[in-house]
Amino acid sequence: MSTLEIKNLHVTVDTEDGAKEILRGVNLTIKSGEVHAIMGPNGSGKSTLAYSIAGHPKYTISDGEVLLDGQNILELSVDQRARAGLFLAMQYPVEVPGVSVANFLRTAKTAIDGEAPKLRTWVKDVNAALERVTLDPTFAQRSVNEGFSGGEKKRHEIAQLELLNPKFAVLDETDSGLDIDALRVVSDGVNRYTAQGDRGVLLITHYTRILRYIEPDFVHVFVAGRLAESGGKELADQLEAEGYDKYVKAASV
Amino acid sequence: MSGTTDAVATRPTAGSDLAQVLELSPVESHLHPEGSFDLADHPVPTGLEEIWRFTPLKRLKDLHTEAALDGDQYTVAVDAAEGVTAVSVPVAESARGVSGYVPNDRISARAWDAAQSVFEITVAKDAVVEEPTYVRLTGTGTEKAAAGQLLVRARAFSHATVVVEYSGSATWAENIEVVLEDGAQLTFVTIQDWADDAVHVVTQHSRVGRDASFKHVAVTLGGDVVRASTSTDYVGTGGGVELFGVYFADAGQHIEHRLFADHTAPKTRSNVLYKGALQGQDAHTVWIGNVLIRKEAEGIETFEQNDNLVLTDGAKADSVPNLEIETGEIEGAGHASTTGRFDDQHLFYLQSRGIPEDEARRLVVHGFFNDIIRKIGVPHLQERLEAAIEAELSAAERAGAL
Ligand SMILES: Nc1ncnc2c1ncn2[C@@H]1O[C@H](COP(=O)(O)OP(=O)(O)OP(=O)(O)O)[C@@H](O)[C@H]1O
Ligand SMILES: [Mg+2]
Repeated sequence: MSTLEIKNLHVTVDTEDGAKEILRGVNLTIKSGEVHAIMGPNGSGKSTLAYSIAGHPKYTISDGEVLLDGQNILELSVDQRARAGLFLAMQYPVEVPGVSVANFLRTAKTAIDGEAPKLRTWVKDVNAALERVTLDPTFAQRSVNEGFSGGEKKRHEIAQLELLNPKFAVLDETDSGLDIDALRVVSDGVNRYTAQGDRGVLLITHYTRILRYIEPDFVHVFVAGRLAESGGKELADQLEAEGYDKYVKAASV
Repeated sequence: MSGTTDAVATRPTAGSDLAQVLELSPVESHLHPEGSFDLADHPVPTGLEEIWRFTPLKRLKDLHTEAALDGDQYTVAVDAAEGVTAVSVPVAESARGVSGYVPNDRISARAWDAAQSVFEITVAKDAVVEEPTYVRLTGTGTEKAAAGQLLVRARAFSHATVVVEYSGSATWAENIEVVLEDGAQLTFVTIQDWADDAVHVVTQHSRVGRDASFKHVAVTLGGDVVRASTSTDYVGTGGGVELFGVYFADAGQHIEHRLFADHTAPKTRSNVLYKGALQGQDAHTVWIGNVLIRKEAEGIETFEQNDNLVLTDGAKADSVPNLEIETGEIEGAGHASTTGRFDDQHLFYLQSRGIPEDEARRLVVHGFFNDIIRKIGVPHLQERLEAAIEAELSAAERAGAL
């Protein structure tokens, strides 16, 4: 049983006019076994939250902490956070030229487990993970994300989620840009991951569409850098019907 | 100014009256200076000349002026495959000049004058040689500059690989000629794995026969200053060259590659790909990619590309592609040049999967070189290059540069 606690998180980015505050006091606790959906309008700071948890160098933490089982992970490097059990499926996965998916996955797995995976089963595991997200095994020989379509990149993120099997996964708009078949494939992957029972998910999304496939335990409305409201999955239906207008108006007064 | 030239008019007809055979018309090119065997035609450069403006002249150990070029601080070891002869021949008895090369700068002209003998490597006609031929030159001191002259001849329809490897300390001025007769296929690899204090100024000219294919792989790792000028022309239709380069410059190192593909015949091809990484204070690389497509060179295809990866602050990569086209009747011509810094996004992505920073850096650098290493396609060289890149990275890590 693990816990990821985000406490009073304030984050700024550097701009030409100095530091600009994007996150303005985020509080959220996720326990293993739970799926939390965060929904919010464009520019509200959802990706900033995801990147800040993962440790992207662009963002500066000005206040607050993020505790993984009591340890403040904000003091850890990006790779240490991943090894502590965090995973971020990115909204825009990065292309890394010349590094094959196979080599990348093996290196990552070795780093996370602290030992190299068993050669005999590993190739099979990789191929199976790719196949489950309907990526052809030849993807293993291609450069990481290079020339992948938008949907292929997202499915590749989910294949990594399954292979690395972190304690907590932050999925940043993994559903955007997917056609309905790919959406189902990606959702199935996330559901297999959560079906283990002791994994936590922070699912960031713009649309309620994915919540038909992945059932959230909690839904949060994210506006102007903080949570505006939290509820159960009925909140998603309400957002579907009414949009973010009322929250955006409330935040701007 | 030495930038304008009429290269053809001064080209001697050594070999087989090739210029006449080709009936090349004169061309006003800004790509390379006029050649001459007469030292007086090559004044000592000031550093302002187009062809010298990137080179740290002060570090060339007087190769332009009083360095005697009679040094003997080196050893040569040869491992010739069957079907290949490799012997040292006195200049008077040698076939030097057969490539049509005329020295086009002062150091080259001085080295030409100073050379007492020519190291001739010849692949017999029709010979198909699997095993590479190795020549290993090891320098034992930089005090006395030496002149080298190498001639590689691939006789008609032969097929071979020749590897020349430089190591140790030396001040080395060199001319290399490579001649591919009709239908010959030659892979020529030069590996400059010099010690930190070596100075190497080398001019290499290759002449490519009808339907011949030439692959040159230039690997430049060591040395204080390495300046390699590599040119190619063609004496028949259908000839092709692939010019690959892999280089890695460390703190204080100057590595300069100057390429010139002179399309002197129709239906010829040139494909240039040079990739380099730089790390450390004042690491400097220069890549000049000149291509000239002459009027008579119809139906040719050329592409040249240079990519640089700057790993640390304080390192500088200059990259200048240059294409002159005198005929519109070509298959294709293009060039690309990139100079990128280490990409934080790459590192972040890899690290976010648990991969420690130093290992992530390694992956990215190996990834950068990966495509060229695969394309080179010379057995053994692939592993050798991977290992060399690894060694460069570890050395820099120990030095705290990364
Ligand atoms: N360098 C920067 N300078 C100024 N503003 C920035 C900078 N970087 C990010 N921002 C702003 O931060 C805000 C939050 O961005 P973020 O990407 O977190 O939003 P998001 O909620 O993920 O949006 P989307 O739904 O479009 O993905 C945006 O308004 C964005 O313009
Ligand atoms: Mg976003």
